[in-house]
Amino acid sequence: MTTASRSNPYTKGSTTAQIILNVFFIAFSLACILPIVLIVAISLTNEKALTLQGYKFWPDHIDASAYQYLFKHSETLVKAYGVSLTVTLIGTVLAVLLIALYAYPLYRKDFPFKKTFNFYLLITMLFSGGLVPFYLLYVNYLDLKDSLVALILPGLSNAFYIFITRTFFQQTIPEEMIESGKLDGASEWRIFFQLVLPISLPVLATIGLFTTLMYWNDWFNSMLFINDTNKFSLQYVMIQMIRQAEFFKTQLAGTGVALMVQESVPTESLRMAMVVLSIGPILFIYPFFQKYFTKGLTIGAIKG
Amino acid sequence: MANPAPQAMNTKPATPPQGRFGRLLHNIVRYRVLLLMLLPTSIIFFINCYIPMFGLFIAFKNINYIDGIMGSPWAGLDNFRFLFATSDALRVTINTVGYNVVFIISGLILSVSLAIAINEVRNKLASKFFQTVMIMPNFLSMVVVSFIVYAFLHPEYGFLVKHILPMFGYSSVNAYMHPNAWPYILWITKMWHSIGIGSVIYLAAITGISEELYEAAVMDGASKWQQITKITLPLLTPIMVILTILNMGGIFRSDFGLFYHVTLDSGALRSTTDVIDTYVYRGLIQLNDLGMSSAANFYQSVVGFFLVIGANALARKLNRDTALF
Repeated sequence: MTTASRSNPYTKGSTTAQIILNVFFIAFSLACILPIVLIVAISLTNEKALTLQGYKFWPDHIDASAYQYLFKHSETLVKAYGVSLTVTLIGTVLAVLLIALYAYPLYRKDFPFKKTFNFYLLITMLFSGGLVPFYLLYVNYLDLKDSLVALILPGLSNAFYIFITRTFFQQTIPEEMIESGKLDGASEWRIFFQLVLPISLPVLATIGLFTTLMYWNDWFNSMLFINDTNKFSLQYVMIQMIRQAEFFKTQLAGTGVALMVQESVPTESLRMAMVVLSIGPILFIYPFFQKYFTKGLTIGAIKG
Repeated sequence: MANPAPQAMNTKPATPPQGRFGRLLHNIVRYRVLLLMLLPTSIIFFINCYIPMFGLFIAFKNINYIDGIMGSPWAGLDNFRFLFATSDALRVTINTVGYNVVFIISGLILSVSLAIAINEVRNKLASKFFQTVMIMPNFLSMVVVSFIVYAFLHPEYGFLVKHILPMFGYSSVNAYMHPNAWPYILWITKMWHSIGIGSVIYLAAITGISEELYEAAVMDGASKWQQITKITLPLLTPIMVILTILNMGGIFRSDFGLFYHVTLDSGALRSTTDVIDTYVYRGLIQLNDLGMSSAANFYQSVVGFFLVIGANALARKLNRDTALF
């Protein structure tokens, strides 16, 4: 996190005030974290203990049978992970590239069509056709039912990120650099890929993090367009699990895995284990992006 | 391009272009590479945003799948008559606007206050840690959040239901059957999910305020409180106004996941948790009632359009510089 808290040399804030502030923020941080801890605790509790004592923040003894069960019957999990990963990777790479490609001409002072293309974006930020025409277009005209394209394409048009990127270019890339690149005989493409993009790493990382999260956490497009169980993303599998406790059992029956009739499914802890596995990757990538996070996040991005 | 001009031609055209059209053509040729860069994204925006805008007219059609969208007969205002004849339209409108107004106002106040407070934390490491943790909830999808709420409210095992409420003499409450509790539950959920990230955005703006302003204020003997009210808040106003305008434009749109997943789409809660978005979605996907859902969709988009225009006009009146267009 690059935001510094400014310690003002001229004001001597009292120590009491500092203590109160810190205590408040410790409490607030706990409020942010503890609900997630509860989920982890439930996923590690024995199913019997859950039904007797309810959900608790601290299991009496740790029991990982929900995870064992998930890994033993991992078909559903592996497929869902595959779908989520594929969509996230392709989507993020495409989105960042498309955003940078659109933002760069808007930053160029000499580009005569700047206003037009700015306006083209602004309109999309303010007005929308809504869900029904969007749905009919995707299903009836583009024929994207049960296609991964339907999970990727909607996330590729985000005007807000383009404006943030453009503003970042304006603040960090001097015009002279582009000029001298031109004088050296570099083509526009070369200037873009070899001069502009490397300098813009902070903003690209920020946008990258946001789009990664957006794709990883997306369930809405799955709800709209996906019926084929092989193309269920992680989020969508979780939706199924909270709606029907027996989802996993029916899934396995569908894949032809011979289920032991007697095998008990740790339903409650299993659901939460699934949630923990879905937020794992987020916690994993966050530190990598964190140092760029607020450097890239300049919100004076809206005015053209 | 059929006739690529050599490099030297780009900087000094041999014959200056004549007239508007000539100049346009000249610019297109000259900046063809930049235009090519804009092309793919422009096409995607056209598909995702512009075509659906033109598609709003289906609210006036009696859509059936056999004739297709273009071929279906015109229905005039019939779809709207059906929609507004039910009490649904009024209920979902009140819910949508009510929740949004409360969310926008309380979100703004809480985010800005938190940002100012965290800016005063003197220990850098602590401040960094708090910020990192505060952003976390926003990284969870609403599906995950729905599991978290469920873990607290599960009618038999939920942490609140099993361990906290019995202390107050309630036993085995099924929250998913009590619509009156949900405005509070949803407000807490929404704030938990979003104020952390909101305050970090404002904090980025606060750290951008010039140090000298505060130094000068201190020299003149300003207290901390005066520094906040006389410097920080006035300088944050443009950002607050812009973000609020954008939110105003979305006042007819809701955080779909919050109202659909966190409530587990429970029918018993509809009176307090049904919003336009969930109504349109159910009409489209679950009931397959295209007429009704397209009318509600049209209503949502068109009112949203006027709200944006209105909010922007208001911002222009207050201060020319803060308006969006």
